[in-house]
Amino acid sequence: MPSFKRPNALIDMPTHYCPGCTHGIIHRLVAEVIDEMGIEGDTVGICPVGCSVLEYVYFSCDMMQASHGRSPAVATGIKRANPDKFVFTYQGDGDLAAIGTAETVHAAARGENITVIFVNNAIYGMTGGQMAPTTLPGQFTQTTPYGRDTVREGHPIRVSEMLSTLDGVAYAERTMTVDPKSIANTKKAIRKAFEIQKAKKGFSIVEVLSTCPTNWGLTPLKALDWLKENMLPHYPLGVYADKGGNE
Amino acid sequence: MNKVLMKGNEACAEAAIRAGCKSYFGYPITPQNEITAYMSKALPKIDGGVFVQAESEIGAIHMVYGCAGSGVRCMTSSSSPGISLKSEGISYLAGADLPCVIVNVQRGGPGLGTIQPSQADYFQATKAIGHGDLKIPTLAPNSVQEMVDMTVKAFEIAEKYRTPVIILADGLLGQMMEPVSFGEIENNAAQYPYGAYGHGNKRERNIINSLYLDPLKLEEKINERFERYAKIAETEAAAEYDKDATIVVAAYGSTARVARSAVDKARAEGINAGLFRPQTLWPFPVKQLKEATGNAKAVLVSEMSMGQMVDDVKMALEFKLPVEFYGRQGGFVPNPDEILKKIKEISNN
Repeated sequence: MPSFKRPNALIDMPTHYCPGCTHGIIHRLVAEVIDEMGIEGDTVGICPVGCSVLEYVYFSCDMMQASHGRSPAVATGIKRANPDKFVFTYQGDGDLAAIGTAETVHAAARGENITVIFVNNAIYGMTGGQMAPTTLPGQFTQTTPYGRDTVREGHPIRVSEMLSTLDGVAYAERTMTVDPKSIANTKKAIRKAFEIQKAKKGFSIVEVLSTCPTNWGLTPLKALDWLKENMLPHYPLGVYADKGGNE
Repeated sequence: MNKVLMKGNEACAEAAIRAGCKSYFGYPITPQNEITAYMSKALPKIDGGVFVQAESEIGAIHMVYGCAGSGVRCMTSSSSPGISLKSEGISYLAGADLPCVIVNVQRGGPGLGTIQPSQADYFQATKAIGHGDLKIPTLAPNSVQEMVDMTVKAFEIAEKYRTPVIILADGLLGQMMEPVSFGEIENNAAQYPYGAYGHGNKRERNIINSLYLDPLKLEEKINERFERYAKIAETEAAAEYDKDATIVVAAYGSTARVARSAVDKARAEGINAGLFRPQTLWPFPVKQLKEATGNAKAVLVSEMSMGQMVDDVKMALEFKLPVEFYGRQGGFVPNPDEILKKIKEISNN
């Protein structure tokens, strides 16, 4: 019987995340994949600016902190000079799809052989709940106090769909972490993305729909319901690109 | 020694490669494109060579951050507006104590300005290259040969003190062809032990980071960094200068070549003029300037700008000598007669 224990790729310590936040789960899934593939010593993780800015504290592999949105460029620099190492970025929606759009799109277009873990919770968490590029129409945030008006504030970006139009993208999947089944699926997707990187097939991204109970103003459980009711219709789950073949 | 005829930009790229820089990240901008082009041709032929044309200057400098952060010698180059874009990354590189070389082949500004040569980024390089408490060693070549020598020197300073280093050239130096010798450049590149390149289960994890939420730790880090800066100021400041001149012309880069001609003409006419040419702009060669001006009654600063080096000259001299200025802007290079005229005016006063 396998026992439930902390993955080696995570350091045993409390995290700074809010109660009910799903960052902890997603960190764990990445760490489990690193453990299972036995690649901790060959992996460099890049943390963004945003709620997971302190991620470098929690992972036991080599880590790099990047400025807001630039992780895919930083990853490019690492990976090109160290092509046999595993490089992953871990980015939020503001980091990846607003300030870092150019870095994201071009790393994907170049087919950089890196893995992007994209945590989409439709809001800027760390700065106190402002509108994100993935904030839903009508969603209330600190900077859309009347609800996101698509005439005034534009439309949310569907990142996985957008990136899957690029030939450099070898794998793109959208998942969520709301129950054991979806968490297990997210882990499978992350494993797939790392395997794609191992096979040097190109850019891989797993977009994980995530909750932000604090800034959504909901309890953790209600936040999970809100995700299913509101985010899922706008951001359908599924595999958007897969050039990896099934092994 | 064998000499080859090369453009300043190409010579800089070749020197970097010979010094063991196998990774280059750039973005097209005039008048530095020959560096990017040279790298794109040469690096793919080298084992482990990396050339990436980035999506922007911002992308390029953060690729440098990643590459240097993984412990690999690397560089980027650009020109004035592009350096403004790199400003963010340079601050992060300084904040994470990462070595790299950044070449600025200056053009005129502000804004899009002109593609003609200029020296109007002196303040940017020496005073305000990025947010936060930081200094960036800034080297100022004045010939294609120095584009070579200072590129090699830049990597040496960068790695010795764990800091980005700027080579502040200008469009004239980048585009000009001169015979140049590469001598015996040593390739001593080795992966930095503090790099994040995978710990291989053999050492503690390495973290590349500029975030210190604990005020005590950030203050301590900044103080440690400024001790390194003090060491750089003490040991790396460099200048070439005439001694015992009555009128000292202070100029760097391309302008120093013109100033040299003007000083020689003045001497031929019996005026005791001399040239002071800083080879490092930060640290500013204070001791050297004091020595050069031991007998001086006035200093004339000449630049392709509105006089950005003037303050450093005045401060180095502790405001004890009159400091005049003659400059051209907009892409003009001063000619020797213009500077000579100014020397004569000062001489007659």
